[in-house]
Amino acid sequence: MSAITRVTAGIQHLGRRVIDGTSRLGRATLFLARLVPGLGAVLLRARLIVQQLYMTGVLTLVIILVSGAFVGMILALEGYNTLVKYDAQSSLGLLVALSLTRELGPVLTALLFAGRAGSALTAEIGLMKATEQLAGMEMMAVDPLVRVVAPRFWAGWIAVPLLAMIFTAVGILGAYVVAVGALGLDGGVFWSQMQSGVSVTNDVMGGLIKSAVFGFVISWIAVFEGYDAKPTSEGVSRATTRTVVSSSLAILGLDFIMTAFMLRGL
Amino acid sequence: MDTTIKSEPLVAVRGVSFFRDGRPIFRDLHLTVAPGSVTAIMGGSGAGKTTLLSLIGGRLEPHTGEVQVAGEVVGSLPRKALFALRKRMGMLFQSSALLTDLDVYENVAFPMREHTRLPEALIHHLVLMKLELVGLRGARGLYPAELSGGMARRVALARAIALDPMMVMYDEPFTGLDPISMGVIVKLIRDLNDALGMTSIIVTHDVSEACTIADYIYLLGDGHVIAEGTPAEMQKTNSPEVRQFMAGLPDGPVAFHYPANEYMADIRAEVGS
Repeated sequence: MSAITRVTAGIQHLGRRVIDGTSRLGRATLFLARLVPGLGAVLLRARLIVQQLYMTGVLTLVIILVSGAFVGMILALEGYNTLVKYDAQSSLGLLVALSLTRELGPVLTALLFAGRAGSALTAEIGLMKATEQLAGMEMMAVDPLVRVVAPRFWAGWIAVPLLAMIFTAVGILGAYVVAVGALGLDGGVFWSQMQSGVSVTNDVMGGLIKSAVFGFVISWIAVFEGYDAKPTSEGVSRATTRTVVSSSLAILGLDFIMTAFMLRGL
Repeated sequence: MDTTIKSEPLVAVRGVSFFRDGRPIFRDLHLTVAPGSVTAIMGGSGAGKTTLLSLIGGRLEPHTGEVQVAGEVVGSLPRKALFALRKRMGMLFQSSALLTDLDVYENVAFPMREHTRLPEALIHHLVLMKLELVGLRGARGLYPAELSGGMARRVALARAIALDPMMVMYDEPFTGLDPISMGVIVKLIRDLNDALGMTSIIVTHDVSEACTIADYIYLLGDGHVIAEGTPAEMQKTNSPEVRQFMAGLPDGPVAFHYPANEYMADIRAEVGS
């Protein structure tokens, strides 16, 4: 095979990948458009959403609590280590709170949620498709977009901001335990610095908006990948992997964009 | 049986052609299903039997021709009307398609809960009646993963008749069952059909079971009906295609070998490459 044909094949391959990616994005958008009426319809059946909130939200709590506590404790240790050089250790509470509310809380929660609940959503919907459960519902005149997909979408969207708040709160408590218990910082200073330096409208709301966007995107990717999966074991496993990879990349990319907007005061 | 077959058909497939990935599955297919009858659609693997059920259920649209169910043209129905029609059809999938997160009771109650506002006490009565019909009232607390293949199919059957449909479609109902479960399903299909006044369409390749319960048999091959008749007529026919299928002969008009190059030439080519 000559060098030219090899280069041509490479370009063709690249082109095919780009076309595939673009058409996937198009399909995902069409899927979202088809899902919107279902999202409204399922609101009348709150029980379905509550069930899924339990499956996706409550069952993710343990990993969120444990990770949040550790991240907070690590932040306290690392932050203290640097701040103490400038005799600024009294700002530790502020540093931890700002890092957690603005960045680490929303982003890490979203990444953990994508790995724990997003993958499970994709696998569940993909397997329901592979075992003809979705086709069975259609033949029973039940729209699987309303009955299966919409409640899971809502649950994911609602769960991520709530989990991010819990992650942040537990992280701050973890940092407090290390800072006051182990490093000997004054508890009053830890809290008062935080109180005066953290803005509810900017920092807390900014973090909440981020996690709501992440929740929307993860849920969208997870239910789309499941619904679009090839109905075979290999297809479902590929879809599950794609959910975690695409969600993680989307979270980090969107975080950069949103942070850029928020820091410029938009 | 002749009287029922002469009445207005419940399902009419007229001149249907259907292609998948450019490959023709059906070409100018015609068949009718009489109300109240048990009609078997037979054919080898890949003859498009399951596709035919999808066309009747409106999950696929024919490329030409039309499929009529209860006087309505299925392919052109808007989604709402199609769903209204589907409430009057039951379907039994080969995989049973039970919802794995619900127990047997809830699986049978599922269509009632989705489509009716019946009080809980009435749903309870109806579910137990349906489960009693298939002999699984005692299994109502089990989950699909705890059921044998035969039991799962009976639960799926109870669910298919939950809303008292006018017609039930069975996709390979006898495949993968032990002889006892098979006998149970064969008896259930016939009994339910007659007791509830339904119409049944069975897609299958099990010749003896189909002959036991069907009133009328269509044999599909090469995209169209190659033979039709009552079980007795089908057994007597001299057509080589029908004889091969009904007697299960490995070679005949349907060749044992998938089309290939000449055997020795193929072997030499492999070695040479």
